[in-house]
Amino acid sequence: MSNKVFVSGNEAVAIGVKLAKPKVIAAYPITPQTIVVERLAEMVEKQELNAEYMYVESEHSALAAVMGASVLGARTFTATSSQGLLYMAEVMHYASGGRVPLVMMNANRALALPWSIFGDQRDSLSMLDSGWIQVYVEDAQESLDMIIQAYALAENKEVLTPVMVNLDGFVLTHTYEAIEVPQEEQVDKFLTDFKLEGKMDLENPRNLFFSSSPADNIRFKVQQHQAIVASREIIENLDKQYGEITGRSYGGLVTGYRTEDAEIILVTLGSITGQVRDVFDVLRTRGEKVGVVKIRFMRPFPEKEILELCRNAAVIGVLEKDISFGYHGTVYTNVADALKNTNKRLINFVGGLGGKNISQKDIEEIFSGLKNIDKITNTVNFIGLGV
Amino acid sequence: MLKRLDKEEYFYGHKGCGGCGGSLAVRLALKVLGKDTFVVLPAGCMSAVGFVYPQLCFGVNALISPFASTAAMLSGIRAAAKSLNIENCNVVGFAGDGGTADIGLQALSGAIDRGDKIIYICYDNEAYMNTGVQQSSLTPYGARTTTTPPGEHIHGSINSKKNMFEIVAAHHIKYAATASIGNIPDYIKKVEKAKNTNGTSYIHIAAPCPTGWGIDSSETVAIAREAIECGLWYLAEYEDGKYKLNKDVKEFTSIGIYLKKQGRFKHLTEEDIQEIEKQRDNQIKFIKERYI
Repeated sequence: MSNKVFVSGNEAVAIGVKLAKPKVIAAYPITPQTIVVERLAEMVEKQELNAEYMYVESEHSALAAVMGASVLGARTFTATSSQGLLYMAEVMHYASGGRVPLVMMNANRALALPWSIFGDQRDSLSMLDSGWIQVYVEDAQESLDMIIQAYALAENKEVLTPVMVNLDGFVLTHTYEAIEVPQEEQVDKFLTDFKLEGKMDLENPRNLFFSSSPADNIRFKVQQHQAIVASREIIENLDKQYGEITGRSYGGLVTGYRTEDAEIILVTLGSITGQVRDVFDVLRTRGEKVGVVKIRFMRPFPEKEILELCRNAAVIGVLEKDISFGYHGTVYTNVADALKNTNKRLINFVGGLGGKNISQKDIEEIFSGLKNIDKITNTVNFIGLGV
Repeated sequence: MLKRLDKEEYFYGHKGCGGCGGSLAVRLALKVLGKDTFVVLPAGCMSAVGFVYPQLCFGVNALISPFASTAAMLSGIRAAAKSLNIENCNVVGFAGDGGTADIGLQALSGAIDRGDKIIYICYDNEAYMNTGVQQSSLTPYGARTTTTPPGEHIHGSINSKKNMFEIVAAHHIKYAATASIGNIPDYIKKVEKAKNTNGTSYIHIAAPCPTGWGIDSSETVAIAREAIECGLWYLAEYEDGKYKLNKDVKEFTSIGIYLKKQGRFKHLTEEDIQEIEKQRDNQIKFIKERYI
């Protein structure tokens, strides 16, 4: 029995959270995330969702509050965006270092200055080293499904690492689509109750989130790294299990589109992927051998999978809504490292900053650049600079 | 009154300095609150001395929060306890003056505003002691700190302490009090009241630091008592919307003697001491008008 609804990406997230049945929700409103927490507040008010809804005074407090709730054994949820994410930055390291299995939605949005409420991916990519698993979704359906998968992933005993689900601001958070909502029983079958080993317990008191000397510190950090490395396989397995139950799976860390015989590949992240596929479909009709690699997880990074998907291509472009000023886009840097032992030509396209639309024409120009890569001298090529 | 305290120790084996006022405040509060307690500590002396893996010194559930987040984490714990039907537990935070009056003020304000059933205890040693005695907004006028070094032009801190008790009371908090390790029975009574408060409670306890204050480690309690006797500290409560002065000191002892016992005030001139006396008199006038 399918249950189709017409919702925005934000609302899809809220429905996913509701199905995961968190006990504590703490969030501070920030555009374009706000609708998620508004919908959740309504669900709590209507008693469709039995959770404590905390009205907190900042994003910093929101994340600290859910950390405290989580280690008592309560499943939690929070959401943020942009400056709010950066305001949480300090707490993010606490959460990952404390191995707290949180799930947070981030609405990708530009960072000030110039002040902007519109979407790009500099916020989350600048937090790539915070020890969180990061997934980027493409549409509202994937948003809902990944929220549910994110809980199973974060709470997996081998992982115990917070997970951030990223949605492109406005393009995805505010666009309405028809999506299928899984049955409660389906979700319950996939996502078991939250049981945190080593939680704070009145019968067995614990001291958590301690200091450690230099002698011990590195061992904790190695464990943290190993957990995220180990999550690669768990992500694949969870995606398969979810597919068996709901009929929808997403290919784990990364997906390829027409890559098998592709000579030119464009690597994408997030909601722009669909548009790139559409343009490349047209190019295919003209006989151009083009393909798309959509990165879903930035951490753990799918280096082996990218290498495998790109094996037959000579030219790889990376299109991203991000720039690490003075060098490349962060996605490019990661992809370039994955392909470092090949003789492929690599090039970075940066667009969509501050919400600037990436048009069909822009993507055609990117293709033209990839085809004539010898004529391009810059490693970083900004697109859409014209009016 | 001491007979009512839990025989168990919940904070021991820590690396606090000899005569540490803050650790006494924590230890006593936990002996009032008992084993069914969740503790939150931000960065500060108590987390630094009590929480170094694998030597963890709390006998109850305890964790370190981000510096600014004591109250937020307390709120999260209380929300989880409520949602998981964990009843009859205490949720208490111990933060220093910097962690409370400076970086943690926003989160504390938010928690009081929500009325979350948490206990927030600020142990006030009047500087960022654990980091090496730097000025906080609760450092008193004239005190030497490493960031207010007295010299030819400035005689130490030019701060006057933020009145956290008044700030908290202005939120119409359920229960707030000032306390001092110089009057332990009074402190114990106040922690008991906080424990039984159905809402947010706040206790601001004066907790001298021998290292930062430049006193002998045997003098902590005595100097705290002297601060009350010379009128630089007062014991009060805010309860059911009303202020109450617990002890009306009729005749003050010498501020000069109190100050000169401490290394941090050694440099003060006679004029500086007169200025501090003036500040005290203004404060007492304000308290008498408001609390009595």
